[in-house]
Amino acid sequence: MVSPAHFIALSVILFVIGTVGVLVRRNAIVVFMSVELMLNAANLAFVTFARMHNALDGQVIAFFVMVVAAAEVVVGLAILTSIFRARRSASVDDANLMKY
Amino acid sequence: MSQHMILAGPAAETTRLVIFWVLAILAVAAATGMILARKAVHCAMMLAVVMLSLSVLYLMLGAPFLAFVQIIVYTGAVLMLFLFVLMIVGISAADSIIETIRGQRLWAAIGSIALLVLLVLVIGHAAIGPAPASGAKFGDNNVNALAALIFTKYVFPFELTSALLITAALGAMVLAHRERTGPKPTQRELAERRVASGRPAPLPGPGTYGQHNAVDMPALLPDGTQSSLSVSPVLTGPPPDTGDYPQGLPAESSESIPASSAQSGSATQEAGEQW
Amino acid sequence: MTGSVQSAMALPAAGIPTLHATGIQQAAWLLLALPLAGAAILLLGGKRTNSWGHLVGVAMPVLSFIYGAMAFGQMLSYPAAERSREIVVYQFINVDRFQVPLGLQLDQLSICFVLLITGVGSLIHIFAVGYMSHDPERRRFFGYMNLFLAAMLLLVLGSNYLALYAGWEGVGLASYLLIGFWQYRPAAAVAAKKAFIANRVGDVGLSLGIMLMFAQFGTVTFTGVFSAVPSASHGVVTAIGLLLLLGACGKSAQVPLQSWLLDAMEGPTPVSALIHAATMVTAGVYLIVRSAPIFNLSADARIAVAIVGAVTLLFGAIIGCAKDDIKKALAGSTMSQIGYMMLAAGLGPAGYVFAIAHLLAHGFFKAGLFLGAGSVKHEMNEEVDMRRFGGLARVMPITWVTFGIGYLAIIGVPPFSGFFTKDPIIDAAFAKGGTSGALLGTAALIGAGITAFYMTRVMIMTFSGERRWEEGAHPHEAPPVMTSPMIVLAIGSAAAGGFLILANRLLNFLGPVTGVPPTLHGIWTKSGVGALILLVAGVALAWVMYGRREVPVTAPVGSPVTVAARKDLYGDAINEGLLMRPGQWLTRLSVFFDNRGIDGLVNTLAAATGGSSGRLRRVQSGFVRSYALSMLVGAVLLVGALLLVRL
Repeated sequence: MVSPAHFIALSVILFVIGTVGVLVRRNAIVVFMSVELMLNAANLAFVTFARMHNALDGQVIAFFVMVVAAAEVVVGLAILTSIFRARRSASVDDANLMKY
Repeated sequence: MSQHMILAGPAAETTRLVIFWVLAILAVAAATGMILARKAVHCAMMLAVVMLSLSVLYLMLGAPFLAFVQIIVYTGAVLMLFLFVLMIVGISAADSIIETIRGQRLWAAIGSIALLVLLVLVIGHAAIGPAPASGAKFGDNNVNALAALIFTKYVFPFELTSALLITAALGAMVLAHRERTGPKPTQRELAERRVASGRPAPLPGPGTYGQHNAVDMPALLPDGTQSSLSVSPVLTGPPPDTGDYPQGLPAESSESIPASSAQSGSATQEAGEQW
Repeated sequence: MTGSVQSAMALPAAGIPTLHATGIQQAAWLLLALPLAGAAILLLGGKRTNSWGHLVGVAMPVLSFIYGAMAFGQMLSYPAAERSREIVVYQFINVDRFQVPLGLQLDQLSICFVLLITGVGSLIHIFAVGYMSHDPERRRFFGYMNLFLAAMLLLVLGSNYLALYAGWEGVGLASYLLIGFWQYRPAAAVAAKKAFIANRVGDVGLSLGIMLMFAQFGTVTFTGVFSAVPSASHGVVTAIGLLLLLGACGKSAQVPLQSWLLDAMEGPTPVSALIHAATMVTAGVYLIVRSAPIFNLSADARIAVAIVGAVTLLFGAIIGCAKDDIKKALAGSTMSQIGYMMLAAGLGPAGYVFAIAHLLAHGFFKAGLFLGAGSVKHEMNEEVDMRRFGGLARVMPITWVTFGIGYLAIIGVPPFSGFFTKDPIIDAAFAKGGTSGALLGTAALIGAGITAFYMTRVMIMTFSGERRWEEGAHPHEAPPVMTSPMIVLAIGSAAAGGFLILANRLLNFLGPVTGVPPTLHGIWTKSGVGALILLVAGVALAWVMYGRREVPVTAPVGSPVTVAARKDLYGDAINEGLLMRPGQWLTRLSVFFDNRGIDGLVNTLAAATGGSSGRLRRVQSGFVRSYALSMLVGAVLLVGALLLVRL
């Protein structure tokens, strides 16, 4: 019997894994991908809630999340590309000019 | 179709159970692999696995439209965009394992475990009962119902999102654009450079005279040696003594990938090339 | 306590009723205005008035004296009960319950002082014309002297304690300006400061006394206070009396505030003659005699006054014996004679009149003595060490004679002034009875003997014997502008005492104001004879020590008493140890506390802020991942808090 609780639990686990990825990886693109993982986990949760409440609003929200995630990836990767062109480095640790 | 395939009957229960658990374990394993893999391309592949398994889970939850959008848009477009940028940045940029910020891993572990515990507590306290009986809108009528909802109740966010998409596209073009710093070299100038560079003929394609013509198979020179010029350095990685980061735009990438950097890429062709 | 000692014709405690002035006396404000105008002209006019400034400076006291004499004549034409007159110049303070008029009271007591101040003052001003003739700042000198006269006249003429206080402060200011007249001399500047500060301590007493009067009686006018005093409690009356005594000690250089008088001799000699002999230092005696109704009601305050007087008269006499500076020896003598006056004032109505009599006589002979000393100093190139004098009688005969008459007057040789005025004081002290009377009388007698000794010493060392002059000293007699006042004062020194005491003239005149002694003794009393014997002994001793032997030019070491007397009986050392050093420690403690405590607190706060911010900024590592980590931790904490609340 697969209750929605299982799906929520899976979503939580994926979300936490994504968090760890953001904090631990140094390659900017991998950090991005971890953020995408978090967004996907959230989408799963929304869809599950839609099923629970017997309303499609959750699915609409998940849909919009996907769209916005796509736009965000576009802009983010464009920024990353121009940074890489300037500095020849894709490590997030190199952008530390705001140091004290 | 999806209705009686997945949601009908007690036998469907076991099916659903098996599918869920298999996919769940697969997704978690792939996610873990994603954050642990050293090469960035491997991470992208792992993410693709996660997304695909999620799409099947959407199908199970009665969101067929979203499942296909997930495959087509998310995995097919967004992830591929990731791969493209990886090509530009250099797939050879491997992360070193050594953590440079003191206490980062420790506190990341503590924080994420705490987050996990908290969220699990939330689920545990929330009263999540079994799913109610689903109507047609979770099955055959899903697209119609979704459309009805988007274009009536959520039409304003929809319009805003479209504006966002246009802005994003424009933004990406502006950000990735490179200004020309010198005058555009004419055809004559290009030809002169080509002749002056000492190598007027085009580079050999991969696999020429070799056993296969795979992209990563080097071509053979008349004397039997391999031509390193025939394989894109994107595929071979950097020479062993250059460290983790590539030394600038690989000169050949401008020829093998038809990117917008073709014009300026050729300007750097004469830098440090060898036969 | 038993009531005040009254005699048949004495005043009620409230003083004689004061009537409004009529006739010439209505212009009594002239007495203040003339010297004040002189001071204003000379001080504000500046160097333009240099050539004729001294004439204005002399004219003003003379005019004031003429007016004072006219007012005196008018007063004599009134019957005794109507001689106290008041004029109100204007209402100084006009607040609901605090009314203070600027009023001048012309009664018998104040007219005596007016005549003394303006008369002797005029003579000294004339002397100063000659004495200061070589000083380019002579005009400023006369400006300050006129200012002093104006303030002193306000002091004695004021009809309320506040006007008296205003004059009190004014003479203090003038004294400071005049002692430090030669500002470029550090010793003079220091002496001026010392005088002012010692006076200030006394002024605190006087002002507290006036405040107490106002708090208790609601008024500070003489008539108001004297009519309210009988109904006050004994403690309050004694407190007021003691506070007034403190003020008097400061101004009259009595123990314990006596240290400034000898240093005040740094000023020019006319200043010493006028201020520190004849007038300002007698203001304390005036205060006590004027406040007779208060002192009459408190035996404790009276005995305190008498004790202060007795101690000071011995103190000053001992100091005067060892000083080689002629002016300082005369200053010690002044201290001692004022001690006599205070002793007399402390005896109550039995002694008030004699205090005033001795004060008036002392004004004459002490001024004469000082002017003589000034003349000698002027001729000996500003030398004051008596060991450098000697044999001046031949060279300066007029000075010698006038000084000699003053000398005879002060030691009490009959028929000169001192004999008539000093003996009644000794007599009244013995007449007080009991142990206190005996002790006071004995002290006065001994003081008389010591006075004879040291004055003879001064006389012998200065005028007789071998000439011990410095190289280049050519003394000759002083010019007439200096000798004429000395001659007039010598006549006064000779005659004043007899004039006042014989036929009870002053007694009858002042009686309505001060009260009279219960019993009157004749001229020749037991104590008078005793005083004469001691006088002869003192003169003889001095003649043996200084007249027969050679006077050494450098001072010999001397006995311990001599050493102590040379150091003013350690008056300065006591002041330093008791007041100055603790004051300095207090200052240092405050500075230390301020630097370490308060500044430390503030600086610690600043340093803590700086230090903590220096450490906190290290959080900004610049790494995006650590920022992301802090975001995660923050989010976890928030969610945890929310859950805690909801669960």
